[in-house]
Amino acid sequence: MTIEPQRAPERVRKTAAPAAAAPVLHIRTVKAADLPAVVALDATVTGLHKAAYWQRVYRRYGVNGQGQRHFLVAERDGRVCGFVIGEVRDWEFGAPPCGWLFAMDVMPSARQSGVGGRLLAELAQRFRREGVRVLRTMTASDNSLIQSFFRSQGMRAGHLLPLELDLGSEGEGQPGAARKARR
Amino acid sequence: MKLQKNTVLALYSVLEFAARPDEHIPAGEIAEKYGESVHHLAKVLSELVRARIVASVRGVGGGYRFIGNARRLTLLNVIVLFEDLAQELPEPPPQAGATHEALVRVLGEIDRIALATLGSVTIATLLKDIGRAGGAAGKAAG
Repeated sequence: MTIEPQRAPERVRKTAAPAAAAPVLHIRTVKAADLPAVVALDATVTGLHKAAYWQRVYRRYGVNGQGQRHFLVAERDGRVCGFVIGEVRDWEFGAPPCGWLFAMDVMPSARQSGVGGRLLAELAQRFRREGVRVLRTMTASDNSLIQSFFRSQGMRAGHLLPLELDLGSEGEGQPGAARKARR
Repeated sequence: MKLQKNTVLALYSVLEFAARPDEHIPAGEIAEKYGESVHHLAKVLSELVRARIVASVRGVGGGYRFIGNARRLTLLNVIVLFEDLAQELPEPPPQAGATHEALVRVLGEIDRIALATLGSVTIATLLKDIGRAGGAAGKAAG
């Protein structure tokens, strides 16, 4: 998941000549025709080409989405330059219904131009329409770039704390055995 | 995590300078606002100058000016200039073995969360927060 931090400063946008104005950015629901661009964008950022995975995501959040599931793309000059995926989940982790953002990417060449902020704002707006008042996500603790982006958008540490258990491989026995075995 | 006085003073200073990046701000102005001596503040600022976060300009109209990138500079970047974050527990008693290791793991978790948080909050984000808080306080007062 990769993000762009903030919009260009106001004064820069104001002084730009009309003819050189930045192309209009559209945020809209994903279409089947967007999938190759989404797969390519993800491959550019992660280095992994996961076409089958994205087909499954599209079926779940694109075709069957738009109720509580959202798969949005950012389009500029007719090209997809970013996407965000999220959904409303009810009463998981003991929490009232809230919106979860679980994937977001912006094409490296399109970063620093407000794409990430617009995607997040549109997803938040759709969540609000569904009646939820909290948007959550998770990031790798060492990914300060992405955390900086979310924080620049007003996100803060929430009351959920992620925990994990090293299960080891099959045959290693009880949880925690992996750690003992490595000593 | 408890920060030393110099660290907190450095953070205040960086935020003051970054909020007015086009101005040369005299050290005396910051010292007065935060109730510190100019002499003490000067030591903190010299560290910020060495780290190329601020630049000093001597003479009439001189002072300090923010030269960092507020959208990339994090609280952690400033804090590590003044704090040794690699603190360790005191040497354990000989029999403490596994108990000591378990304790170190828990404290390590806390440190990782603290470092991740400090490393993700930029000066620009904090200035935006200050603006929001100021706006909210203003509305509440009005």
